[in-house]
Amino acid sequence: MPAYSDRTNEIVEVCLLAGKIMLESGGETYRVEDTMMRIAASFGIPRSHSYVTPTGIIFSIDKKNSTQFIRISERSTDLQKVALVNSISRRISNGELTLEEAYEQLKEVEAQKFAYPLWLQVIAAAIASGCFAVMLGGGWSNFLPSLLSGGTGFYCFEMIHRMIKIRFFAEFFASFVAGGMALLMMMAGLGEDLGKMMIGSVMPLVPGLAITNAVRDLMAGHLIAGLSRGAEAFLTAFAIGSGIALILSIR
Amino acid sequence: MIVQQLLLSFIASALFGMIFNIPKKLLINSGFVGMVGWMVYFFFAEHHLNNVLATFIAAFFVALLSNLFARLYKTPATIFSVSGIIPLVPGGTAFEAMRHVVLNDYNAAISLAAKAFMISGAIAMGLIFSEVVNQLIKRRRS
Repeated sequence: MPAYSDRTNEIVEVCLLAGKIMLESGGETYRVEDTMMRIAASFGIPRSHSYVTPTGIIFSIDKKNSTQFIRISERSTDLQKVALVNSISRRISNGELTLEEAYEQLKEVEAQKFAYPLWLQVIAAAIASGCFAVMLGGGWSNFLPSLLSGGTGFYCFEMIHRMIKIRFFAEFFASFVAGGMALLMMMAGLGEDLGKMMIGSVMPLVPGLAITNAVRDLMAGHLIAGLSRGAEAFLTAFAIGSGIALILSIR
Repeated sequence: MIVQQLLLSFIASALFGMIFNIPKKLLINSGFVGMVGWMVYFFFAEHHLNNVLATFIAAFFVALLSNLFARLYKTPATIFSVSGIIPLVPGGTAFEAMRHVVLNDYNAAISLAAKAFMISGAIAMGLIFSEVVNQLIKRRRS
């Protein structure tokens, strides 16, 4: 591999880009730190330091350079990008990519759209809701109403989250709509078990990634990131619960 | 009955993979992980084991299988475990707790909420234990 020791600025740029994409797409903070340090090491900088929280990355290279900081304000769930950046970093470690190639490939990944369009995600959420209502022991008569209310709830969440950037409110409102739809269907004579229908239809809103990431970050010793991800999961659960409670109380 | 549970949990977990935007070619695997997790939970719950313990064992297997797939496909383990733990989330218990809150029956609500909290903790413990196993395997190899 050619020597890159005189191009530290560009190396830092590649590291930060990789970290930024991963963090914005829902990677764990320990994975972000690990990836950035690995990339730096394979370009000939053995000692680099990084401090990553869910909302920002601080990265520095020993004594040579000024410390860089980037702020992460938008976060979404796009695990495909995490996997892609992970494989790029693997190839850099194996010496298969030059600095320029790595930067270009990362830029390509950054510009990529979601793996699945919104309509497909809404359909997936709808069918999953229906499956859950039956799985939890609700009987097949709950499948169709739960499918409809779950799909509507998820669509509401995506739409409101795009308009208003307050996640808590979007989750609260989406679970309110999903629960309300389930109640309406029940009144219209579709479905038998209101509880199972409601649980099934709020399942797509459950913070699965936040729970997993919180645990994995805490285990890796990233206490701040783990606690804040845990708080995120708790807040989401609370929002879903309040939405359902509101429906139950006005029933 | 069992076949129905198998099929539904597989489909639901694979579809959850789509919500989390996991790569297309790994959807089948994430469905499989979710199916194994739910079947472990279902088996123990049917045999009247404590819910918390059943969730713990199921989460352990979900994470173990995810780490195995992660090594096999050289991609982050999260991709497989996120949709796998979704069925284990104590939706039913949390719902019952909320229902009792609305009915002003706080005693029942708090005990149910504590149970939901314990089940969530069991998911976390399951993930941690399988991570320990993972680290042990890694150390053995190197």
